[in-house]
Amino acid sequence: MNSLKQTFTVSIYTENNIGLLNRISAIFLKRHINIESLTTSQSEIDNIFRFVIVVNVSEIMIKSIIKQINKQIEVISSFYHTDKETIFLETALYKVKSKSLFDEKHIQKIIKNSQANMVTVSPNYFVIEKTGWREETEKLYKELEPYGLLQFVRSGRISVSKEPMNISNILGLNTDK
Amino acid sequence: MSSLKISGAEAVIRSLIEEDVNLIYGYPGGAIMPIYDELYKFQDKLNHVLTRHEQGATHAAQGFSRVTGNVGVVMATSGPGATNLITGIADAQIDSTPMVCITGQVASHLLGTDAFQETDIIGISTPVTKWNCQVTKAVDIPIVLAKAFYIAKSGRPGPVLIDITKDAQFEMMEYSYKKCYSIRSYNPIPDYSLDMIKRASKLIDKAKKPFIVFGQGVILGNAEQEFKEFIEKTGIPAAWTILGLSALPTDHRLNVGMVGMHGNYGPNVLTNECDLLIAIGMRFDDRVTGNLSTYAKQAKIIHMEIDPAEINKNVECDVPILGNIKSTLPILKSLVKNNSHDNWLNEFLNYYNIEFSKVIDKEINPSKKGLTMAEVIKEINLSCKGNAIIVTDVGQHQMVTCRYAKFNKSKSNVTSGGLGTMGFALPAALGAKMGAPNREVVAVIGDGGYQMTIQELGTIFQTNSAVKIVVLNNDFLGMVRQWQQMFFEKRYASTELVNPDFVAIAKGYYIEADRVTKRKDLKSAVNKMIKSKKPYFLEVKVEKEDNVFPMIPTGASVSEIRLE
Repeated sequence: MNSLKQTFTVSIYTENNIGLLNRISAIFLKRHINIESLTTSQSEIDNIFRFVIVVNVSEIMIKSIIKQINKQIEVISSFYHTDKETIFLETALYKVKSKSLFDEKHIQKIIKNSQANMVTVSPNYFVIEKTGWREETEKLYKELEPYGLLQFVRSGRISVSKEPMNISNILGLNTDK
Repeated sequence: MSSLKISGAEAVIRSLIEEDVNLIYGYPGGAIMPIYDELYKFQDKLNHVLTRHEQGATHAAQGFSRVTGNVGVVMATSGPGATNLITGIADAQIDSTPMVCITGQVASHLLGTDAFQETDIIGISTPVTKWNCQVTKAVDIPIVLAKAFYIAKSGRPGPVLIDITKDAQFEMMEYSYKKCYSIRSYNPIPDYSLDMIKRASKLIDKAKKPFIVFGQGVILGNAEQEFKEFIEKTGIPAAWTILGLSALPTDHRLNVGMVGMHGNYGPNVLTNECDLLIAIGMRFDDRVTGNLSTYAKQAKIIHMEIDPAEINKNVECDVPILGNIKSTLPILKSLVKNNSHDNWLNEFLNYYNIEFSKVIDKEINPSKKGLTMAEVIKEINLSCKGNAIIVTDVGQHQMVTCRYAKFNKSKSNVTSGGLGTMGFALPAALGAKMGAPNREVVAVIGDGGYQMTIQELGTIFQTNSAVKIVVLNNDFLGMVRQWQQMFFEKRYASTELVNPDFVAIAKGYYIEADRVTKRKDLKSAVNKMIKSKKPYFLEVKVEKEDNVFPMIPTGASVSEIRLE
């Protein structure tokens, strides 16, 4: 098994439970592993939640971690995928001074070429949104930075796997409604 | 089910009774007073034992659980009461002991305000519990407690902590109780694969030098009989981990001793010579395996285990068999041939003879002046004939006791294995005696660990529990001193103890006590202790700087075990 570190996306389906986030993050903490990003949301099944966690570890380690996560009482099942096995995106927001937009005509070109969306425009600032891979949001960050970014924020990764995860089967539910 | 309106506190007590609990170890305090008030009303049904420290309550509950197989129950108040439970909870987690801890918590409107005796016990206990849950509404109490008991005892057992806010204890609710039998996100006993069992049976039939290492899974699965039948049919030599001890009688002809750091010579060396290693209900702890990169590399490995997270965690196996060994061992037994491995078994015997002449003989029949720990254990064996429950603490005395104590019955070895908790034995012995009142319970403790929970002498006296307490006193933290001698050029940093008069302390608690300093007095002193029907304390002054051998130094291979 590969002992080299690589990026894995961990998907965890859970019951909604206070404290579960703590329990899951403790599994990473105990092994001194940094969580690169973490997102939690409703899943495709009513009242079942989904964590998407990105970590950089070896495959040996991620297999062991997945088993420990599965052991938690309220975890229905968890999976790990390489980047090739998932469709994943991140969203970034960029807040820029409105003055720059009018003074620096180049900005408009950058926004247009990056296929970013204008979220809001006000007399003082405007906010643009870019969804895509890390390289894309980073490229836009580097292009806008010289013009003065008032704020920048990037979401955790959201991801769906190419192969099915069959949570409904595990729960004995039929979702082909 | 009929329902009646009662307080949350009463619901706690009624729920415990529904779960057949009749014994609780605990310590009251502000945030759990409503529950204690109800305990007072139900004292004919529930015996509450007031320990002298909350840690003592957890270890007592562990001792109770380890000898009965039942869930140990602990109660404590919020804040320091709750934090004092953590060591025992962590111990129960790593040694898979079923335990339910109920803590009081400040009223829900005060949560997060740093109220008096508020602590985030859910946050603190999360990494060391199988499950935990905070209850802020009385109506949730029976549901959560039913879940708690189910989770604690099912599958691979473990500790559960339920934190109940004071307002939930006072709140009135419609009470009805439904036991929990399943949780949809929790699969306590994973399905085994018949195909894997068939593959295992083929490996077993083919093996010339098969070797079994078994752990506590045999005891927790109540599979002692199935295990014995399996090894007798296959004729495979079987060695135990420290927590597997007593699952197979010491005198069984296929019992070849202990594996691991201070285990026996044969099973350690031959781990690296067997052609098939069958691990049953054990988890390849580092104290068992030594250096993993040289551990049983020549052998095929079958791992029978209830917890999927243990498969391939430390040692990669060729054939994993999930599930409860109580179900899987009989299937495996039915598929394998009748066999014997007498030449192979003789190899263990040959190694035993070397170990006997180089180590064991000198330990149990010493010619030097000072008393050895092993000769004390030998006298206990002679006096109890292998029928006692032996409780040990952590350190040299623990290794010596596990090496030399004789056991005829299962669930008779109570010790802190995975966590190595000094202070475990005295309260655990109390719990063991209360769990098995008709059996002899002998606690063997070092002078260091004894003083970590020495206050539980008060609980032993108050409950008049006839625990026999043996302190093997070498005026040192012996195991650490041994390491300092071997690996730190005898720099004895903070390991020498200037000890009090232990006999006087025991007598101060009105416990009959004696001290042995000479070999000639040992036998009669041990016999007198065992004959006593009351709690009894015996201090034995042993050689100050004796070492425990054999020993696998940290990082060495099991086959590099040292005899001196």
